[in-house]
Amino acid sequence: MSHSTATTVSSRSVWDGGVSPMGVSYGKLMMWFFLLSDAFTFSGLLITYGLIRSQHPAFTGDHHAFVFSHDYWPVPEKVFEAVPFLHGVELPLVFVGIMTFVLIMSSVTMVLAVEAGHRMDRPAVEKWMLWTILGGITFLSCQAWEWTHFIVGTEGGTTIKEFVNGAWTNRTIYGANLHENQYGPHAFADFFFFITGFHGFHVFSGVMLNFLIYYRTVTGMYDRRGSYEMVEKVGLYWHFVDLVWVFVFTFYYLV
Amino acid sequence: MAHHSHEPQVVVLPPNKEKIAQLWKVAGILLVITIFEFIVAFAMHPGALKTSIFVVMTIVKAFFIVGEFMHLKHEAKVLIWSILIPTVFIIWMLVAFVYEGMKMSDINFLRPLFNY
Repeated sequence: MSHSTATTVSSRSVWDGGVSPMGVSYGKLMMWFFLLSDAFTFSGLLITYGLIRSQHPAFTGDHHAFVFSHDYWPVPEKVFEAVPFLHGVELPLVFVGIMTFVLIMSSVTMVLAVEAGHRMDRPAVEKWMLWTILGGITFLSCQAWEWTHFIVGTEGGTTIKEFVNGAWTNRTIYGANLHENQYGPHAFADFFFFITGFHGFHVFSGVMLNFLIYYRTVTGMYDRRGSYEMVEKVGLYWHFVDLVWVFVFTFYYLV
Repeated sequence: MAHHSHEPQVVVLPPNKEKIAQLWKVAGILLVITIFEFIVAFAMHPGALKTSIFVVMTIVKAFFIVGEFMHLKHEAKVLIWSILIPTVFIIWMLVAFVYEGMKMSDINFLRPLFNY
């Protein structure tokens, strides 16, 4: 292959080394591919939800006459209709709407922190990172309330008929856990805990990372380094968490 | 304050007003879509059309989050495709699994296994 050594620099492929063909740093590229793999994980969860849901019968009666039953998949807006401090008031999907709003807003403040980082504007990065952390903590608090409400259940509970020791008996179930579920088939509660739990864990990790970035900004680490690119990388993760919630919101609460 | 002499000289640029205005515009679009979804959730009866509206709205929101917030729209073409093409598998998985689930619901003898 002695002839090929005569090739000039200009005819080299961008993949031969020395340049970044994708135009981003190694860290950012790896964050993108990590997020792609994470998207597959969340898709696995949400699609399995779709599989299990579509093999259960849907509720076909009048919308207002809906009652919880193990015989069909529940209508989500009938399950998630409570709002803190408004006990007994039916407000379907309002609380989850507030949670969506909080997460989208924290995504906006994150992208403003990234913009400030591009300009090496430390006080602005600090300000927007704090807002983002606050948004994340607010979201997690909302989720804690929603889980509590889901687990404790409604006041009256749901009375089910079951066949015990050769006789049909009535039993009232309150709330949901991994063993029983007053709102509908077991799988509905299982998926609620798994999907929103896995997402909530991502939000929790995101808040931790955001705090780390905030701490390093305050201590001047990125000024010394001469680049705020870490804000961008963690920003990508945070936006992804928001993106997943958009899908969870649609496929778990709306559809 | 002797330790300040070790701090590097950092040049802070003024805010990019145009870019910030664009970001707030995207945020506004996302909020409007979410409010629209709420209206649809209560104004329409369940059905294929309602579900399609939600799916389309979700994809539109995803486009803005990934494209603008995550900046993917403005990256190199090869990066955009490296991220987008693999998601084809997700779409296939969705179609295959939901179809499978609907078929399983037709097989009544399986019902006792699923405990309902």
